[in-house]
Amino acid sequence: MKIVVCVKQVPDAKDVRLDPKTNTLAREGVESIMNPYDRHALEEAVRLKEKVGGTVVALSMGPPQAGEVLREAVACGADEAVLVSDRAFAGADTWATSYTLARAVRKVGFDLVICGKQAIDGDTAQVGPGLACRLDIPYVTCVRAVTGVDGDKLELQRLMDDGYDELEMPLPGLFTVVREINEPRVPSLKGKMRARKIEITTLSGGDIDADPACLGLAGSPTQVVKVFSPQFNRDKTMICGEVEAQVEELVAVLEKLV
Amino acid sequence: MLKIDTDACTGCGICEDNCAFGAITVEDGQAVAGDNCALCGSCVDLCEAGALSIDKASTGPGTDLSLWSGIWVYTEFRHGRLAPVALELLGAGRRLADDRGVPLTAVLLGHGLETVPETLISHGADRVLVADYPQLAEFTDDAYANVFEDLINRERPEVVLAGATAIGRSFIPRVANKLSAGLTADCTGLEIRKEDGALLQTRPAFGGNIMATIVCPHSRPQMSTVRPLVMKPLPADASRKGEVITAGIDPARLSSRVKVINSVSSESEKSNLQEVDVVVSGGRGLNDEEGFALISELAELLGGGVAASRAAVDSGWIKYSHQVGQTGKTVSPKVYIACGISGAIQHVIGMQASDTVIAINRDENAPIFDIATYGLVGDVFEILPRVIARLRRD
Repeated sequence: MKIVVCVKQVPDAKDVRLDPKTNTLAREGVESIMNPYDRHALEEAVRLKEKVGGTVVALSMGPPQAGEVLREAVACGADEAVLVSDRAFAGADTWATSYTLARAVRKVGFDLVICGKQAIDGDTAQVGPGLACRLDIPYVTCVRAVTGVDGDKLELQRLMDDGYDELEMPLPGLFTVVREINEPRVPSLKGKMRARKIEITTLSGGDIDADPACLGLAGSPTQVVKVFSPQFNRDKTMICGEVEAQVEELVAVLEKLV
Repeated sequence: MLKIDTDACTGCGICEDNCAFGAITVEDGQAVAGDNCALCGSCVDLCEAGALSIDKASTGPGTDLSLWSGIWVYTEFRHGRLAPVALELLGAGRRLADDRGVPLTAVLLGHGLETVPETLISHGADRVLVADYPQLAEFTDDAYANVFEDLINRERPEVVLAGATAIGRSFIPRVANKLSAGLTADCTGLEIRKEDGALLQTRPAFGGNIMATIVCPHSRPQMSTVRPLVMKPLPADASRKGEVITAGIDPARLSSRVKVINSVSSESEKSNLQEVDVVVSGGRGLNDEEGFALISELAELLGGGVAASRAAVDSGWIKYSHQVGQTGKTVSPKVYIACGISGAIQHVIGMQASDTVIAINRDENAPIFDIATYGLVGDVFEILPRVIARLRRD
């Protein structure tokens, strides 16, 4: 089975805070990382390969430095690495990204595509379904377990708001994963050595025969017109003093409110 | 691409400090954009010298926008129940429809929908488009997307809203791709722009660190998924009148490549967080699963729900269904008690609409205190057991 895993390099947003004085992003020490959900997508691909055989191709769309996450993917078990990179891709929204990725994935060839359910920078969760739509293949989002692999179909559990669905998806197909699907492995020494040496295949817009009108900002139906910092203001009362006094005052507040 | 006016640029470095992608550097007193610039535009607004701009002129395939009219809301119905966000969207959609002077249409897909259209009308819909078929009894991306796509092509609404639920976030992107329409995920604000009637869609990004307002200048419909519990439903008014329309669907469009074998409603996947008045929430400061038990104990005493920050969920102390924040649930209870939670913006975004926020944290500089109504600087392991004992005594 040839499995393509889409991985994205993102800024590690979780510890970013607003500077209370300037009300701007304080991003000192914020590194670029592999999107955490994609780590689980990769792990699931490697597990499937270990079970039924095949190849795992890690594919990333991004600037040249996104090659770092591809090497990391190889260290964690991917066999091949493909970087889809072109200045013309800058500013792509999820529609243009889905288009670009679909051209690249088609070029690479696949039986199965696995993505993280969303990337932590945009949090849209739109690219997985968009990519499947562009590839004209069935898809399942938010998969929490692969319960069966049977030649030309997969049995999947999809997390829903009120429980879960058990589904059967024919191949070729695509699914996106939630974190609980697996515990990603740490890179092996052998993997790390392979990652250092691996030749990353780079595909440009021309290599994937992309229509320039569908790429980047020009190909994006959505456009950002304003960016601002969120404001949360509240009148605040600090409850001070010894623990016993704090507890008494807190209980009084709770009894008033609840 | 990002244009830098080298005459105007003062090399002050504000753009460098604030670029979430680390794509701008100041070299020899001039800002320089790197290949990893994502054209997000946050620097453009921040630049005090007005030296930065993004060329947006060359965009988009042309669509005759005037052919598209009306506001549509996808009113999600599953397992015999209307999703609460459906009524919230009708509240938001009503306001947009009135601003535009157009009708508000609810789109209802499923099976066994009998009296649901009346409920939708009483909450603000002028029209309800109903596709009631056995093949739609269970949710599948293929059938739901096909039907919705066909209905949109038939009637050409200018705006389509859906809840940012598991279902909405799954099939709406397919509809948008099929229609080549712009889709904005997880919106928390929707307004009509006065000048041209365009939909201004505001959403958090970067874990909530940035808010972005997005438009679809050249494509229709303008599509958004909307975060649950942000918009307000209108009170039910049984005297409202509306039209219920049965939509005929080509049977070929009702089939799905993915088969539903079983659909399991699971209590353990559910949380009552969005229905309770009090939410007690714990974070990294609880140290371990045992520490987290204090949260459940206090919540039980107050008749409230148990929530957690991402740190607590990632540590495995509690299930994901209890996570509040950008990548979890949004809650707005009367009282939210944050214990040992630092208040990272990605958490705050999921609870800042709570009426009263009580924060307990050892670190007096924790950002959670910036949004607290009541703040207690102290050790949760000293405070919580005493509060629990006091409440038990009463």
